[in-house]
Amino acid sequence: MVPGRLGRRKHQSMTVISAHGLRKTYGARVAVDGIDLTVDRAEVYALLGPNGAGKTSTIEILEGHRRRDGGTVSVLGEDPGTAGRRWRARLGIVLQTATDAAELTVRETVRHFAGYYPHPRDPDEVIEVCGLTGKAGARIRTLSGGQRRRLDVALGIVGRPELLFLDEPTTGFDPEARRQFWALIRRLADEGVTILLTTHYLDEAEALAGRLAVLAGGRIIAEGTPETIGGRASVAATVTWRDADGDHRERTDDPVALVARLTDRAGGTVTDLRVHRPSLEDVYLDLIGEADLIGERGLIGERDLIGEGR
Amino acid sequence: MTAATAGPSSSTVRLPSTLRVGLARGAVELKQFFRQRDAVVFTFAFPAFIALMLGLIFDEPAHGASDVSISQVFVVGMIAYGIVSTAFISVGVGIALDREDGTLKRLRGTPATAVAYFLGKICLVAVSTVGGIALLLAVGVLLFGLRLPTDPARWLTFGWLLALSVVACTLLGIAASALARSAKSAPAVLNLPAIALQFVSGIFVLNDALPDGMLTVASFFPVKWMGQGFRSVFLPDSMMAQEAAGSWEHGTTALVLAAWCVGGLLVCLLTFRWTGRESR
Repeated sequence: MVPGRLGRRKHQSMTVISAHGLRKTYGARVAVDGIDLTVDRAEVYALLGPNGAGKTSTIEILEGHRRRDGGTVSVLGEDPGTAGRRWRARLGIVLQTATDAAELTVRETVRHFAGYYPHPRDPDEVIEVCGLTGKAGARIRTLSGGQRRRLDVALGIVGRPELLFLDEPTTGFDPEARRQFWALIRRLADEGVTILLTTHYLDEAEALAGRLAVLAGGRIIAEGTPETIGGRASVAATVTWRDADGDHRERTDDPVALVARLTDRAGGTVTDLRVHRPSLEDVYLDLIGEADLIGERGLIGERDLIGEGR
Repeated sequence: MTAATAGPSSSTVRLPSTLRVGLARGAVELKQFFRQRDAVVFTFAFPAFIALMLGLIFDEPAHGASDVSISQVFVVGMIAYGIVSTAFISVGVGIALDREDGTLKRLRGTPATAVAYFLGKICLVAVSTVGGIALLLAVGVLLFGLRLPTDPARWLTFGWLLALSVVACTLLGIAASALARSAKSAPAVLNLPAIALQFVSGIFVLNDALPDGMLTVASFFPVKWMGQGFRSVFLPDSMMAQEAAGSWEHGTTALVLAAWCVGGLLVCLLTFRWTGRESR
């Protein structure tokens, strides 16, 4: 298996999440405007998009935390709007922000939440997997932001969920904490947990997701794998180089042939030769840019993600 | 870790019972409460502190009873305020906090039920109320010569009165938590009606100093009946004459408190929200 592409394995071709025509409005504001989504068992699926694109509304409808205003939804075979306790026992939900249980210790809290579920994981094992063993006896209010987030994940997985929701899980992490967090998510995905995550970090989506969708203005404007989304695989490459005549830039569908031609050329020395494939970020910004031009309702949030994920 | 998807089929799984989860919630509620020492001291000691102040100011004998001092009347009436403080205010503020810090939202994403959450709150209220009352009675016995009753019938009255009072105030606290827009405003929102009722119900000011209109208004709310009931437990029957009706009115007390329990439960069921106003 290729690291970082865990979600593409499909043990059973069974649909875990399926949504059609999902809609959510807050007064006159349309937050989710007809989303179709299918996630299969053991997939890691990322919802990507700027703030206000509808990511959190979508994930909270799928979690059963919010009512939808339209469309049909099935999560683990049930409608999240009406599903009961047994259904909840099969989910793990990692909320975007929580500051609860400040006076309890990490171990007390994980043990307590394990008691809610019929077949919980061993709390100490969960604490270890989440890298909190050294903090097991510490009060939660003393944890750093990254540790607090890992505790949130610990509480999300202690019930042995089949489906894990992660809403912007690594916001505010330092780079090392993010790498550790990604390793944890990969490990869960390896075990066959289906994971739906929202993020506005492009490298996070690229590192974790088997498939991803880009949301803007409450709609999915592109869907695919990190390699193919937005026509990334088929887009022409750009080759730049410098020779005696100066700087050159050429777009080509066959960069290998162009480079061969340049090196075969008699005479002039070619320097600073580069082949550019569009990065996921290039593709993403193109997509968001187009949506921004089209989006007449002003639903697209701040373009604050440029460079944030780097 | 073992494979996540391999568990028994979900339709046959037995979920932990609401009672078990509720008691576990009670344990973590108590742990969190006792670890915030300033809040503990305030909750426990505030009614006893007010009783101490009033008792030291008004220490003459009560009307019509040479063996009872006004300070004793204040101390036992203050039990009603203790219950309002631990059940109504603490629960109302606590739920507003739980709504804001993510406690309720997280619980809602688990198989735990709302009833289990309420059971946890009731455990917390039971322990903090008993602690607060013990402190009040200690102040009464040690400083103001209060004698605890030996007649089992009086302790029986104390038992049902305490149970009805705690249930009514807790349910009203849960219901009132929906009125607070945020955890910050919750103490103000809840304290205003609570303190107002202490004044009109003969807790902070004795009945004979109150205008008739106030007594009438107070008789529609639980605090007056709670105060009267606790006086009936701890004061001699000669003090009955000082009550508005000239008797302890146990039957009416039980009816009014029971009615508030039922009404409080209905309001809770109709208005309880897992999350803040902005959601949904």
